[in-house]
Amino acid sequence: MNSTAPALGRAAVGHRQPRDRRRLADNVAGWTFAGPASLIILGFSLVPMVWALTLSFTDSDLQTPGRNVGLANYRALLEDPVFFQALRNTGLLVVLYIPASLIAGLLVAVLLNRKVRGIGFYRTCFLVPYIASATSAGLLMGYIFDRDFGLMNGLFVKLGLPVQGLLSSPSQAMFVLTLIFFWTRFGFAVVIYLAAIQEINKEILEAASIDGAGRWTTFRHIIVPSVRPMTLFLTVWGVIDALQFFDLVMTTTKGGPANATVTIVYYIWQLAFNYFTAGYGAAVAYVLFVGTLMLIVGGFLIARRKGAMA
Amino acid sequence: MKSLGVKNLGVKGHGVKGLRLPSKWHLVLLPMSVVTVLPFVWMILSSVMTQGELNRFPPPFWPEGIDLGGYRTVLNGSNFPRWFLNSVIVSGAIVLAQLALCSLAGYAFARIRFTGSRITLVLVIATALIPFQLTVIPTFLIFNKVGLTDTLGALIVPQLSSAVGIFLMTSFFQSFPRELEEAARIDGCSRYGVFFKVVLPVARPALAALAVITFITAWNDLFWPVVAINSDANYTVQVGLTSFQGQHRADWPAIMAGTVLTTLPVLGVFLFGQRRFVQALTGAVKG
Repeated sequence: MNSTAPALGRAAVGHRQPRDRRRLADNVAGWTFAGPASLIILGFSLVPMVWALTLSFTDSDLQTPGRNVGLANYRALLEDPVFFQALRNTGLLVVLYIPASLIAGLLVAVLLNRKVRGIGFYRTCFLVPYIASATSAGLLMGYIFDRDFGLMNGLFVKLGLPVQGLLSSPSQAMFVLTLIFFWTRFGFAVVIYLAAIQEINKEILEAASIDGAGRWTTFRHIIVPSVRPMTLFLTVWGVIDALQFFDLVMTTTKGGPANATVTIVYYIWQLAFNYFTAGYGAAVAYVLFVGTLMLIVGGFLIARRKGAMA
Repeated sequence: MKSLGVKNLGVKGHGVKGLRLPSKWHLVLLPMSVVTVLPFVWMILSSVMTQGELNRFPPPFWPEGIDLGGYRTVLNGSNFPRWFLNSVIVSGAIVLAQLALCSLAGYAFARIRFTGSRITLVLVIATALIPFQLTVIPTFLIFNKVGLTDTLGALIVPQLSSAVGIFLMTSFFQSFPRELEEAARIDGCSRYGVFFKVVLPVARPALAALAVITFITAWNDLFWPVVAINSDANYTVQVGLTSFQGQHRADWPAIMAGTVLTTLPVLGVFLFGQRRFVQALTGAVKG
């Protein structure tokens, strides 16, 4: 292309040309390598995200395009008792699960951070419930906590305690589900905390023990502050995880008895794919999404202010 | 002198160690881990019980004998083998695709300077914050429009690549020394040659971590398969097992047998690749 360029400019062009060509080659290589993977992710998240917003203003039933109904879905939501029930159920899960997983996760991680024989076996045990599918965990625990045949009520009877309603009781079912959810998930907190504890500088721990710091002092004043970033991460992650609670409900109670275990995502699924009110389901999904974002951003601001004051 | 002394004590030291009582920490750790895995132990035990044993109250903990009736019911009386095969196909395809696409993308984001790379990477990682329940309805409509609902393809295509995978591979390549690649480039190797001949072989630990975590996630997925699949023949093992339980409510041995068979593949992959799995979770994959 530059072969006809006047001799005068040749030095400058000759200097620029390899660099331009290299930049072009880098762009071609970069986009060839990164393009397909990025396109798939962005295509299956940003496009549906915008589409869901437009759907939430329609009465779509998944089959026909749906008419525009303006804000009717959002207005209906304010008078929907099941939505508020789902909100309460999910809120209960978050409020119980987050502190329980943080405390249990950190304590077990501290226990696992020592050199005793068979420590690998123990570490494996705490992760097994985390890798099992929600279907397996749900069917298994659904049976163990079954009112009429379950092992748990069998244990109560053997101990001379009264038989409990468990998953069949509207007042107990959500607590039992929270316990099952905790059992399948807290291994993640253990792994994250254990990795963080192992990163703590050995010299600091040794200095503390030379200064006569006991186990509790070391835990309270060295371990807890050192893993604080992980605590923040696990809180955010746990909130997202708990707000998306679906699989275990599907494989145990299916939202019952009497909507006692309907979570928001289970309700979204019912609305869209059981009752074919997809527009309304999209509206519920958007309210949950915006609510989650606000919760997380609000939490960050509070944590930051606290950090600034400390 | 000191080391000599230690060496001389070796035999005696070994004897003392052998006699030493087990650490008192076992008293805490053992019961806690037993309680954690006990439900799975009972899952296996109850899968070899008879219906009569399991319909008793209170149910027995130990089986009277080994009865394989539950396994026969689930394997012969349902489409379970087909569901299992479907899950193998879907998870296998997803793992292979993510290994290829995420390692290519991770390498590009870590190493190649190209226009728009930073903003693309930020966008990709930010999508991890978009919950699936927000995108599931339009995603279903997309697949419905192209006529892919109720096919295995519908389960594979949205998972061909993942934000977690790209993040994992990008941070792995960022922490990896450049010297090897630069030497190969100077020797006249092309970008593509460098990637396939030099980079991929050294990325094996990161690829293993990505494969383990992707397989477990794909195998266990329930939400999207429940939405996208209608016909029994196209169920994955998770959807199939859920529907099997709905149809055989009282047949607990068969349900537990199905649960055991569904859990075995992830358990096997996990036990085999536990170190890589933990590295993937903590995002700290090193060579």
